[in-house]
Amino acid sequence: MSLEAVLRDPRLWRCGRALPVEAETVPSGFVEMDALLPGGGWPRGALVEILTDMEGIGALQLVMPALAHLSQSKQWLAWIAPPHLPYGPALAAHGVALARMLLVWGIGSSREHFWALEQSLRAGPCSAVLAWPRGLDGRGLRRLQLAAEAGRSLGLLFRPLAARREASPAALRLMLEPHGPLAAVSILKRRGGAGARPVYLDLRDPERSRFILNTPPFTAGTLALGFPKGVVQLSPLVKGGVHTPPAK
Amino acid sequence: MRTSLWLCLGLPTLPLETLGLGDSPQACVLTTPGRESRVRIGNRAAYALGIAPGMRAGAAQALGDVEVYTRGGSAEQAALEALAAWCGQFTSVVSLAPPDGLLLEIGQSLTLFGGVAKLVEQVREGVLDLGYQPLLAIAPTPLAAIFFARAHQEVCITDLRQLHAPLSRLPLAVLGVDVRIAEALTGLGLREMGECLRLPRDGLARRFGPELVRLLDRVSGRQPDPRLPFEPPARFGRLLDLPQEAEDTQALQFAARRLLLELAGFLRARGAGARQLDWRLVHRDRRETSFKLTLLTPSRDPEHLGQLLRSRLERLALPEPVRALRLIVEDLCPLAGVTLALLPGGKEQSQAQSFAFLERLRARLGEDAVRGLRLLPDHRPEAAWSFCSPGEPSSSPGMRSGPLWLLDPPQALVVREGRPRLRGPLELMERGERIESGWWDGQPMERDYFVVRNPLGGRYWIFREVEGKRRWFVHGIYD
Repeated sequence: MSLEAVLRDPRLWRCGRALPVEAETVPSGFVEMDALLPGGGWPRGALVEILTDMEGIGALQLVMPALAHLSQSKQWLAWIAPPHLPYGPALAAHGVALARMLLVWGIGSSREHFWALEQSLRAGPCSAVLAWPRGLDGRGLRRLQLAAEAGRSLGLLFRPLAARREASPAALRLMLEPHGPLAAVSILKRRGGAGARPVYLDLRDPERSRFILNTPPFTAGTLALGFPKGVVQLSPLVKGGVHTPPAK
Repeated sequence: MRTSLWLCLGLPTLPLETLGLGDSPQACVLTTPGRESRVRIGNRAAYALGIAPGMRAGAAQALGDVEVYTRGGSAEQAALEALAAWCGQFTSVVSLAPPDGLLLEIGQSLTLFGGVAKLVEQVREGVLDLGYQPLLAIAPTPLAAIFFARAHQEVCITDLRQLHAPLSRLPLAVLGVDVRIAEALTGLGLREMGECLRLPRDGLARRFGPELVRLLDRVSGRQPDPRLPFEPPARFGRLLDLPQEAEDTQALQFAARRLLLELAGFLRARGAGARQLDWRLVHRDRRETSFKLTLLTPSRDPEHLGQLLRSRLERLALPEPVRALRLIVEDLCPLAGVTLALLPGGKEQSQAQSFAFLERLRARLGEDAVRGLRLLPDHRPEAAWSFCSPGEPSSSPGMRSGPLWLLDPPQALVVREGRPRLRGPLELMERGERIESGWWDGQPMERDYFVVRNPLGGRYWIFREVEGKRRWFVHGIYD
């Protein structure tokens, strides 16, 4: 059997190959993460699960650039029963057009919660739907995935870390954990196969989160040095080093 | 002179249909009151059993399981008037032809509706949807149309010259004249209209009075027959009795659909849309459960309004069985006809879709459940924003940034060894700022705000009161 025939065998999975092209994506605003996402951004018409146990490490910041971009269209950004109040001035500072914000608040039962979530995903007028669902099972997730496909909306589900052990039909699953002053984003599932290395993002500041430190020589050991906030410079001798400009 | 064409909409089984029994599989008859009660009309199931009008009530009941009703009067008049208002969408000249008919002048509407056949088809389907069995007759004069409908002949005569032949064949019973005149006519051996029309006019006038001659002149078109136009009421208010008491909200859907179809015709006749629907469920002893459905944009689409009602009814628990359903719409807003987009998915369509989506949410979850955000020009975090209607633009730009989550109200922090704690000792990240504001509206605020981090990695926005107890609070989360 020749090598070419072996390589053509469909049972062979080749790591690190080009990812399948997503139909339509929204750039996340974080270049290093976009490089690992199929299509180069958040998939439209699909569910994205962001699993995190800790508040205050930047789960919302992760999606802010995409929401700011989507709020430029005429469609709604629907927030279904958020755990706290979205703070208007901060949203505006991140570039989100407040006139497109739709808060669905004060929902009584979990059945109505699910209904509101499914409706917002399926109806079409919402470009993105954010939800913090409780007690979702595989069947419910499947329905939401189909609803998101029908409505071409981006469904962002924020769930606890424990959910990573459950199977899920979501197109993209991310895990967000604190890593010193940064946030570590690990891709648990994406179309085209998982297995990408985690991405370290600085989610503290809208302007600075563009400058990302994710080169191979950069390890957790460097973090332990406790470098001062805002000034990270790698030695120019290091291959593939990224120079980040000092903070203003 | 413009040719006028009249459509008579006859509703022979109107009394039973107002009770909601027209389509019922149960045979029902309406009888005249009194000892010698006779059958006035029956529904389809009753006629299938062999019951005919004029039969004695006892004989009718012997033919099978028949329910007997004796009602009528005001409910029928109300139904007729509601139907007249509904017909206003086809023509501007609608006239009542009591006790159970309507006249529509359709000569002016033919071009808009694309011909007599299409217009008649639309009228017929609409009336059937409302639950009535129509008899449609079209003639150049109003009386002729009424007579054909009375004779149960669905003709369509558009030319006055061709009226004479079919008119002549009508039985004299359709004239609806006084009993004595009718007996006298039959005594003369006259059976059909044609024979009557051939008699010399002055002879007829001498024998039976000028009324009969005038009637015949109006039928044949020799004299004009002006009809009193029907004035639809300014508001829509309609009560529909349910044929059976409804125990759950599912059973109300059918009656609600009929009311919404009537409303749609009423609104289309006025070129208007409804913004608020006032629904009332009538229980025994005239007690009512009422609720209002408010729309963001005026609409008259019965499908859309029906879906909103369904969502609302799902949340409603009936305290008692419902006997009747009332719908009142007072606030009418102008609503242009639907503009057809050249390509699907046009701007108007997506905007209408967007509003329909919001209305669905509000109908199911409550009016307050769906909100938007807007900014206010204020330095105090609680006052720098407010809820509003979704889509309302903010009039002022934001004054400052902050955390993405706000805790409302701020939560007090535990202090240990002089440092505030939130799941661990808090470490200062950014220089604090003092916000001192609000002295003008009685809610003065003096706080020192800081951005802090706890050992687990979470970033928070906390403040300390400057005056008073100098307590520490957490106000926001930088998520």
